[in-house]
Amino acid sequence: MKVKTALKRSLLVGSFVSGSIMLSACGEPETTGIAPKLYTDSLFAVMNADRANYTKLVVKRLGPAGADVVKPDEHWEDLPNGTLLPAQMFRAGAEAVAEVTDEFTYSLQSIWPINSQNAPKTPIEKTGLEYIAENPGENFYGEEELGGTTYFTAVYPDVAVSDACTTCHNDHKDSPKTDFKLGEIMGGVVIRVPLGSS
Amino acid sequence: MKKFYWALWIIITLCISGFFVYKMTLSDDKSELLIGEATHGHYQIEMACTTCHTEAFGGEEVIQNACTSCHADELKAAHDSHPKKKFNDPRNADTLEVLDARYCVTCHTEHQDEQTHAMGLTIPEDYCYHCHQEIGDERESHKDLAYDSCASAGCHNYHDNKALYERFLVENANGPWVDAMAKIAQLNGASITAPHAMSLMNKDFTPKTYSAESDVSKGAANSEHWDNNLHLEKGIGCVGCHQANEESSEQWLPKPGVNECQQCHVNEAETFKQGKHGMRLAQSMSPLTPEHSKMSFAEESLTVEHGCTSCHTSHTFDTKTAAVDACLSCHTDSHSTAFEASPHGSLAAQVSSGTLPAEHGVTCATCHMPRIETELLGKTLTVVQHNQNDNLRPNEKMIRPVCMSCHSLEFSIDALADPELIKNNFNGQPANHVPSIDWALKREER
Repeated sequence: MKVKTALKRSLLVGSFVSGSIMLSACGEPETTGIAPKLYTDSLFAVMNADRANYTKLVVKRLGPAGADVVKPDEHWEDLPNGTLLPAQMFRAGAEAVAEVTDEFTYSLQSIWPINSQNAPKTPIEKTGLEYIAENPGENFYGEEELGGTTYFTAVYPDVAVSDACTTCHNDHKDSPKTDFKLGEIMGGVVIRVPLGSS
Repeated sequence: MKKFYWALWIIITLCISGFFVYKMTLSDDKSELLIGEATHGHYQIEMACTTCHTEAFGGEEVIQNACTSCHADELKAAHDSHPKKKFNDPRNADTLEVLDARYCVTCHTEHQDEQTHAMGLTIPEDYCYHCHQEIGDERESHKDLAYDSCASAGCHNYHDNKALYERFLVENANGPWVDAMAKIAQLNGASITAPHAMSLMNKDFTPKTYSAESDVSKGAANSEHWDNNLHLEKGIGCVGCHQANEESSEQWLPKPGVNECQQCHVNEAETFKQGKHGMRLAQSMSPLTPEHSKMSFAEESLTVEHGCTSCHTSHTFDTKTAAVDACLSCHTDSHSTAFEASPHGSLAAQVSSGTLPAEHGVTCATCHMPRIETELLGKTLTVVQHNQNDNLRPNEKMIRPVCMSCHSLEFSIDALADPELIKNNFNGQPANHVPSIDWALKREER
């Protein structure tokens, strides 16, 4: 709860100055809050950096392809030296965030998911994931209503940063796509920010 | 006349209101407030309303917190396949409208005993279909399976799939149905933790010579209290238990209870109070007796109060008695009464008669109060899980910690999915084969 309040406060305070300057000049009523796009872009920058670092600096460096002291595994909890796969690490972060705030949520999805529960569910997710796959380097932004709340939904490309990503997905028996290459888009990070109840 | 009726109405209203206010606040007996009988898992404590209804207002979150305050640890230990945190994302909004998987009470509604079926479920058993309907199209093997068979046929569970997930099936396929060299882990927990707990108490446990008349009146002259006395063999005299309570250490306790035992046997008492036998004590209620139960029990044991000594007879504290005889003195269902004539019962009898070493014995406790490894005092110790309910439902929870000590995964899955075999206490082979391992191996060939 404290984190949630602090997050709200920092966003409000941080955007207050720029918001005041921009809007007071036009004579429009003052509003507060960071622009959703800038907010989700910033969140994605952090997520993407952490995700790439975990994949390269932990899984690749310490896993079977490196020092071989940890075993990245889907059932990591069942192994004494097991550690989370990069996608699980990402999801664990999303679940931990959901326990302290509902100001934003995020998930890792794909139109070629190993687990079909991670396939797009909402029309915006589907459109967004297809858009980023067809337009490498671009993001997708939209709005959608879910459970009576309107959300700003951003979809960012999730790129194969290590051959650990491509090898695992290409070899997995449940993967619908088996020819991923390094640097290719494998899926997308979907970030949602509630805009208010409709 | 009109005034009389008004006065009468006010008096009756006040009386009724006063009665319920008294029941809600001061009275210990709250049976009039019970909206329906609690399920088999909670009826023992249904009169301890505040265990679950911790606040008068607050709705689902309050109840959810009550559920997790008792069950969170076991769900974590089970690597819960469907934790609440998986469903918080708003992308699940449509699905949650059909089945709100964030709350335990969506599937396990209390006080609806007449609608409660296996696993404490109060919704139809085809609940998996709401989210996993595509599996029937994606996998040939799952094509014509019944919608309600996912979690009822021995293949999947909603929470605990530790023994059923696909790679575990593959890695443990093709073993012999029983291992001739099977050994049950030997205990060492209590012999290390209890002396440690004693060392922390400022107390002299040494046995003393009793001669005074007051000592005799306390039973000091009764040889039954001295012969085969396990505690005495460990150097613990009468006062170790009969004056165990630090708050009243001078007071002689004729019948020490769980509170006294748990001063040394911490893990044993804690897990006992988590199970059905001890859960009333955890809520500061009177001990459970078989007559509280909806199940049928031996007539002569209906009023036996459950505590440590109801199974571990004082003063011998013979664990063999506690592992079979104590159970069978109350439980008279077909599974229990078939034990002695079963293969497991035969092993237990051979251990008792000394023709087999102890590690080959299989008792009621071997399965229902298993020996588990746990980290205590910086060591890995083998202790007894005294929560008899810990691995009971779904019974696949027994596979890894219990069945697979001796049997193959395949046999274990098949046996636990056969209700008739359970009734006769595994006296024979499973009638049907659960094909999950075969299907998992076939997918490996891809």
